[in-house]
Amino acid sequence: MSFPGESSDSLEHGKVYLGLRFLGLAIVCLTLMFADHQKDHLSLVRQALGVVIYPVRALVDLPFKTWNWASSNLETRSAMLAENQRLNSALLNASVRLQQLATLEAENIRLRAILDSSARVRERVLIAEILSVDLNPYRQRFIINRGTNSGVYVGQALLDADGVVGQIVRADPFSAEVVLISDADHSVPVSVIRNGLRTFAVGTGDSKRLRLPYLTNSADIQVDDLLVSSGLGGVFPSGYPVARVLQVVRRPGQFFAEVFAEPVSELDHDREVMLVWATEDSQEATNLAAEVQ
Amino acid sequence: MESSWSEALLPLGTLIIALLLSILPLPEVIVSFRPDWVAIVLIYWSLFKPGRFGFLTAFWLGLVLDTLYGSLLGQHALALLTVTYITRHFHLRIRVFPIWQMSVTVLALLVLYEFLLFWVDGVAARTVPAIDRWAPVAIGALLWPLIFASMSRLLGTKEREI
Repeated sequence: MSFPGESSDSLEHGKVYLGLRFLGLAIVCLTLMFADHQKDHLSLVRQALGVVIYPVRALVDLPFKTWNWASSNLETRSAMLAENQRLNSALLNASVRLQQLATLEAENIRLRAILDSSARVRERVLIAEILSVDLNPYRQRFIINRGTNSGVYVGQALLDADGVVGQIVRADPFSAEVVLISDADHSVPVSVIRNGLRTFAVGTGDSKRLRLPYLTNSADIQVDDLLVSSGLGGVFPSGYPVARVLQVVRRPGQFFAEVFAEPVSELDHDREVMLVWATEDSQEATNLAAEVQ
Repeated sequence: MESSWSEALLPLGTLIIALLLSILPLPEVIVSFRPDWVAIVLIYWSLFKPGRFGFLTAFWLGLVLDTLYGSLLGQHALALLTVTYITRHFHLRIRVFPIWQMSVTVLALLVLYEFLLFWVDGVAARTVPAIDRWAPVAIGALLWPLIFASMSRLLGTKEREI
């Protein structure tokens, strides 16, 4: 096999040319990184690239989706019956609790009206599926199959059946990237449901652990306290369970206590999550809820 | 002398497979050992097909990786570019190396690759656990003889004689 310009003269020339090309592209890369790091200058580029790579993600997700589909289609009759029974009883349980909730809610609205404060913000939800693709293993993130076409926006909160999951950090038309509450760069404003104590739950990079670094030694917190989202900051709707306190270590010499909590949602087993839209007007929210049903 | 198979389709195919492998979900135990497939395959092609797979391929692949991983746009592109440049610069020397020596060279290239990623993460103040980063490098270098053998077989034996 022969190469163009193997003679020493043009080889030297070719090397200079190569070096220049490398330098040019490297400068482009550095500029891109700089622009990307400074806020949202490149969100359009990102969105376009997101659309381009969607087939790659879909292709990787396909065998897993097929497997799920096949296993749910090939289940035996008895297994289906058993599951049906289980779901029915779960539904019965849930609807009984929901009945109580409806009266409580009505009462709450009435009381708030008496107190002349605004009605509680209601939410609209949409179910999204998690794509089976791995992101950077050092970060607690995943991709869902809904994007800006379904109304997803950056900063939107995600829940699962048990509690808060995370929020959207990037959205393109068909998919969106989610950062979990356990990501080391993420924190949720929470309050202790027992006494209303407000603090932050910071991720540790481990999906089974959150850290509560801003509690003093004298703070009233105990193992097994339930932490719910406090709604401060406006990203997460208030009142959803976030984590349960796992461990409280008070060291007399130190100002802050070491408190760890375990997320209540199954961050590493979820297949489906719910996207939440806050709607200010409760009347509109009821309409929307009716629509969704 | 060469069919379009080894000319364009094969490299493209392997690069796409490398992309798929780099986001394939793995069990949590081994996920931090995933080798940098794209970097390894790109090193192979810049050693043995230096005319065809150059900087622009590295650049675009890097941008695709950045989007797939959600990292800073240009981070993987810069790392891949640098590795490609060095491989291109020394390709005539590296490809006559015996296989173990080639593996050591690949190890060095992958260390550089990972270091650049690590460095950019650091500068951009993103949270980076430093210890987990080096297992993929070692695995990549260990896998090199295997990858080299299978790719050369795909490419056809005549390519191995310079």
